Amino acid sequence: MKPLLLSHFTVTSCIGIGLQQTLDALLHARQGLKPCDFETVDLPTFIGEVDGLNDVQMRDGMAEYDCRNNRLAQLGLEQDGFNDAVNAAAAKYGHDRIGVFLGTSTSGILETELAYRNRDKLTGALPEDFIYNKTQNTYSVTDFTRRYFKLAGPAVVVSSACSSSAKVFSVARRMIEAGLIDAAIVGGVDTLCLTTLYGFNSLGLLSTQACRPYDIARDGISIGEAAAFTLLERPSAAMDDSAVLLLGIGESSDAYHMSSPHPEGLGAKIAMQQALQSASLAPTDIDYINLHGTATPSNDAAEAKAVSAIFTQAVPCSSSKGATGHTLGAAGAVEAVVCALALQHGFIPGGLNTKEVDTELKLDYRLEDRYQPLKLVMSNSFGFGGTNCSLIFGLAGTTGDSR
Amino acid sequence: MTPSLTAYIEGIGLIGPGFNGWASGRKILAGQQPYQSAKTVIPIPELLPAAERRRASDIIKLTLATSLEAIAEAGLQDENLPSVFSFSNGDGLNCHTICEMLASDDREISPTRFHNSVHNAAAGYWSIATKTMATSSVLCAFDASFGAGLLDALTQVTVDGTRCILMASDTPYPEPMFSKRPIPDNCGIALVLAPQQSEKSISQIQVSLTNDKAFKFTDTVLETLRSAIPSARGLPLLQLIAKGQVNSVVLDYLDDLRLLVEVKPC
Repeated sequence: MKPLLLSHFTVTSCIGIGLQQTLDALLHARQGLKPCDFETVDLPTFIGEVDGLNDVQMRDGMAEYDCRNNRLAQLGLEQDGFNDAVNAAAAKYGHDRIGVFLGTSTSGILETELAYRNRDKLTGALPEDFIYNKTQNTYSVTDFTRRYFKLAGPAVVVSSACSSSAKVFSVARRMIEAGLIDAAIVGGVDTLCLTTLYGFNSLGLLSTQACRPYDIARDGISIGEAAAFTLLERPSAAMDDSAVLLLGIGESSDAYHMSSPHPEGLGAKIAMQQALQSASLAPTDIDYINLHGTATPSNDAAEAKAVSAIFTQAVPCSSSKGATGHTLGAAGAVEAVVCALALQHGFIPGGLNTKEVDTELKLDYRLEDRYQPLKLVMSNSFGFGGTNCSLIFGLAGTTGDSR
Repeated sequence: MTPSLTAYIEGIGLIGPGFNGWASGRKILAGQQPYQSAKTVIPIPELLPAAERRRASDIIKLTLATSLEAIAEAGLQDENLPSVFSFSNGDGLNCHTICEMLASDDREISPTRFHNSVHNAAAGYWSIATKTMATSSVLCAFDASFGAGLLDALTQVTVDGTRCILMASDTPYPEPMFSKRPIPDNCGIALVLAPQQSEKSISQIQVSLTNDKAFKFTDTVLETLRSAIPSARGLPLLQLIAKGQVNSVVLDYLDDLRLLVEVKPC
């Protein structure tokens, strides 16, 4: 593929609002998970909640979009000067030349869950102030973001569970390469709701403690919430050596089971191979893998088999989910930003909460941060329905020779 | 000046109110047979393994049915086809039931209910049924979902030079959601798109972005269908293909952006 430049990016999750707090948390092994006290949820699990969402006021003219997911989207867009960067790009290219492609799994469903508690006692009708298309509908967060910036280009939501906001990079790549747009806001936003907490509980996939990816005693996920955004453009001659490029994308389907990964990680393997192929790279070129690493017994086992099958050398690996929890439809974009930070600041983020790495999994899973220059990194995102996506990122200044 | 994206349609699937497949639907759209609105009939998904068939909801069965008709016409049963799924919402009945349970004292939703609630449930079942391991793009753009799906599929065809199947499907919500989102019935369209012309090509389409207004049917019953169900916004394209003439049509997409489609029979 033709490389694309991540000209701006930002992330907001339970470990930090914006890049600086996130970087501090990553470099000081600070995780953001806590015992679940969300809403009326009564489950023995941990969550990664972003503080202060109840206090976010929707911007003027955007009140109809008010729901937890769009509040987090707005909070996220207003960090690190990301909104200024988008406005500058719109002025440079034109409002109709910027696409919006965001991933989410549950959008504003919390609003509907609450509305169902307030149905009219006689008719069963939902409250009048419940606005379906601006809140619950899966497209809501892209609609919100497009209107927030008054953009007029192509726009869509990708909703393929936990691969959603990795796959948006692929949609944007095609749109840019087809010449339909010059830049794209890509990212993901997902927020806590009852559907995912009780749903993952029904599958027996919630950990009773802060999740421990790749631990011998790992027992499930901790659900988190996050918003992460990237402004994607064609690389420019003027870009800095420390600029981060998207170099490869691989995607596949397991065609195996709705909620269990292929036991040998076959789909995951295809996604990683394709990502390497599309970047014209060999496995030995990759300096670090940010694993999907959800901390369920089956995900980590299947992913480890797939990684070992491709990477015959020991590649340093870790999962960010011990810090942020599993942010579901936002995870791909969150971890893309973690990869960008790792590249720019030259460190391998250690996986948190894990005490004893499962040696059966045969990966070089890192528990401690380590400062080390990185050139090329991979990020994995897999989801329900057997949907897989691997992304490869690299530094502009160091990727020239290796490709 | 936006570029135009060219693709060749090799197979079509159509199921909706009064439409029981493209084979018969094309005659209705070409004006050779009258359109009579009737409740949508979704075929039984024989291709699904028994366990998945039991768990399959309407949006899964509908999407499988339209895609299989399109794939059969294109003769691509054994092809590992990249796919685009575009749904204006997921399974409406399942979503309603989950919200009802979560508002009650017993919040124990079942594992099947939960995994069927993901927007990509139909894509997961489809890949299992067709044993397709190629990439799938699972999209939502509310009322713009058909246009968004078509555009994404076209970028796969033109940029990656690959065949691609688009499946746009919608299913209704029951009350009380129906009052908030009144989709009247199930409807789905599937298109197999190819980068090059072949002996299987039915029509060439060239698609570009436009600010012009979307086409509306003069037939009020068809127009009601087009405007009420997002996937039915692809019907004007199917009508041009059915008529087999060189022509163009503006398809609905986003509020301020639409798709100009130039159609040429092959």
